[in-house]
Amino acid sequence: MSAAVVSAMSMLATATVVDRLVFVVGAMIILGGALGVVISRNPVHAALMLVTTLFGVAVLFVEQQANFLAAVQVIVYAGAIVVLFLFVIMFLGVDRRENLGEEPLPAQRPLAIGLVVLGLAGLLLLGIDAHWAVGARSVAGPAAGQAGGDVAALGRSVFTTYLFPFEATAALLVIAVVGAVVLARRPRPGYGPDEDIEEPEGAGELPGAERQDAELDDEVTR
Amino acid sequence: MSVPGQWFLALGAVLFSIGALGLLVRRNVLVMFMCVELMLNAANLTFVTFSRMLNDIAGQVLVFFVLVVAAAEVVVGLGLVVAIFRRRRTATADDLHLLKG
Repeated sequence: MSAAVVSAMSMLATATVVDRLVFVVGAMIILGGALGVVISRNPVHAALMLVTTLFGVAVLFVEQQANFLAAVQVIVYAGAIVVLFLFVIMFLGVDRRENLGEEPLPAQRPLAIGLVVLGLAGLLLLGIDAHWAVGARSVAGPAAGQAGGDVAALGRSVFTTYLFPFEATAALLVIAVVGAVVLARRPRPGYGPDEDIEEPEGAGELPGAERQDAELDDEVTR
Repeated sequence: MSVPGQWFLALGAVLFSIGALGLLVRRNVLVMFMCVELMLNAANLTFVTFSRMLNDIAGQVLVFFVLVVAAAEVVVGLGLVVAIFRRRRTATADDLHLLKG
């Protein structure tokens, strides 16, 4: 095993200085952001740390000649998904600090850490044992030497070999949008199963609902 | 010559483990969701690395599909969180123990 590590080290030494630097900086950004997501007490900070990690992954995509995917990563993940997360955090008003010290299940945290360390060690050992699954190493990438680079290669593949899965994603997105609308719809009063909403003690009405009622009362009195 | 693929694969494994740890340890449903995103990104990084190592564009196509599925998953998942919050006024996973016997 140590021989495998030594050979990997020597192969890292054969990479150019710029490549090594980009990889190390990208890896530090990714790992720092990921740890920040896990340990930050405020959900808004966790979302911002998630953006950091996603940018780091995009950098490593560029490093591996996947330029189109890096752009899509920034636009879709950082531009849409994280904004959606932040929107929901603000909408629900859960952007308060969470007390990470309080632990209802005492055994959970050490057990989780032990399990994850065990899993990671198994994963890395399997990889080293199998010489990372592939003997042949390509340094050029799949799109090297093709006209149009990785965008053209990806487009050809998506619209020929993977045409049916591509069309299926369209159906998936429509279903997701319809599902989100149905889930987020406020049910009409006196209609549907939502009449017996159970309220936990001390929970107030939504301020928006009260205001709507007040406006309705105003209209009635007028 | 670029950095060898092993390093990217090891980094993906570590990133996946951090995501799994967060999913197991955190109690806020939104943060748990973000940890799922971390795990998906680790898988994406691994796919792109294998795509480069095996000289096959299919890995990158798969990353494309993972992105679409992740977007759909986040939309529906956050819709569920909003619906649960409207009913129970909580975004903590421990408070949702209605099915506990």
